[in-house]
Amino acid sequence: MSPNKLLPLLVLLAVAPAWASEPAPARQKELVHLVRQDCGSCHGMTLQGGLGPSLLPADLRDKPAEGLAATIYYGRPGTPMPPWKQFMSEAEAQWIVDKLMSEFPQ
Amino acid sequence: MKLILSLFLAALLGACATPQPLRGTGDLGLVIERATGHVTLVNTSSRQPYARIAGLGDLSHASAVYSRDGRYAFIFGRDGGLTKIDLLEGKIVKRVIQAGNAIGGSISQDGRIVVAQNYTPGGIKAFDAETLELLAEVPAEYAPGQFSKVVGLADSPGNKFVYALFDGGEIWVTDFSNPRQPTTQRYPAGKQPYDGLVTPDGRYFLAGLFGEDGVAMLDLWQPEKGARKILENYGRGEEKLPVFKMPHLRGWSVAQGKAYLPAIGRHEVLVVDVATWKEVGRIPVRGQPVFVMARPDGRQVWVNFAFPDNGKMDVIDTLAGKVVHAFEPGKGILHMEFTPRGENIWLSARDDHKVLIYDTARFTKQGEIAADSPSGIFFTARAARIGF
Repeated sequence: MSPNKLLPLLVLLAVAPAWASEPAPARQKELVHLVRQDCGSCHGMTLQGGLGPSLLPADLRDKPAEGLAATIYYGRPGTPMPPWKQFMSEAEAQWIVDKLMSEFPQ
Repeated sequence: MKLILSLFLAALLGACATPQPLRGTGDLGLVIERATGHVTLVNTSSRQPYARIAGLGDLSHASAVYSRDGRYAFIFGRDGGLTKIDLLEGKIVKRVIQAGNAIGGSISQDGRIVVAQNYTPGGIKAFDAETLELLAEVPAEYAPGQFSKVVGLADSPGNKFVYALFDGGEIWVTDFSNPRQPTTQRYPAGKQPYDGLVTPDGRYFLAGLFGEDGVAMLDLWQPEKGARKILENYGRGEEKLPVFKMPHLRGWSVAQGKAYLPAIGRHEVLVVDVATWKEVGRIPVRGQPVFVMARPDGRQVWVNFAFPDNGKMDVIDTLAGKVVHAFEPGKGILHMEFTPRGENIWLSARDDHKVLIYDTARFTKQGEIAADSPSGIFFTARAARIGF
């Protein structure tokens, strides 16, 4: 396995607790749709940013994953970012962050 | 379902090869298909599509304005693409990538200048409507080295464009009388303006504020008086409901001397007397309003909603002052457009991959058109309206 291919695997291993509670495939599909379409109204359907900041891996790299998951789950007061907790669990928010930080599914 | 849609769309593409008969543009329009970079061209008399154009890039949040003859549409894509299409020939005339991240645009009173508003780099850019050649650029630098995202760009008489700075909290008016050397006036507006509009008579620019309860208003006939707040503290300290999608003010219009505006963080439509600019009522609706649009005669106001209520539509009767029809036309209702005189409304149901056509008097469905993740619907009647 080339180092390039190994890297995402290491990233996944590093967040193993969240990985362990990965949502079921049908739910993953719903979450991907939610992120692309509904988060996309501010962050862009391609997640390159809009009124809200870019959610591309390169722009998230330096941010702590736990903080990002908390932002999704609880929102960020003082900004337009609303809390999404009525639509997902904390583990699902964490899963979304993991996917955003690696490569978000289409 | 996907296969049927593809077959249908392929059939539609085949149909484009046949030359169009001689015709006018008054009953034409376009539907943005946001996910695949297509637009479908439609006829509001036959209620049918007649052509489909590919290759427009990322069309999420795309919008369109029209040349004054209604023949050409200028489409502003999220990826900074500006595409000029010919509705009669059903093809792209010219396409440029003008910014990194764009949010919409507008066209001047004389139809010669198309202006795009951009998030990255924050500011506006003016183009020759004929050639799409860049004429001038106004960076939204509200403080040294600080650039703002630009929202709410609207044309106003005198080849002026008015817009608001989300990060800068100001309203700017840029005069393009000399297209290559525009001049700009700045007015403090309030916290986080999220969108704006020009009233149908071109006199007032209104910017909705996200960072505070209220709307900033600038009288373009007397701009020297500065922007003032209207509807200040309409929430009166109540806890705001979360906003899962920003409301849009464009497309708003005055009905019977009253303006109908989406409240932010409340499931209400605010009613404002346009003579005094005072709140005269609130109408409870079933979600966070996104588009609050008056039928051209002003008798009805149709409202769609942010996630998770984006399958619902409420119709307000302006005489009764309340919702008289509430229904669930489809999944992910993103946008609506009235036919020029309002007998029909077209709704885009993103997740059903359909555009739905309703009779506005009887609320009966008149037909539907297949489209891939449809979002904005824009008819050529916009060509003759101020602020569109």
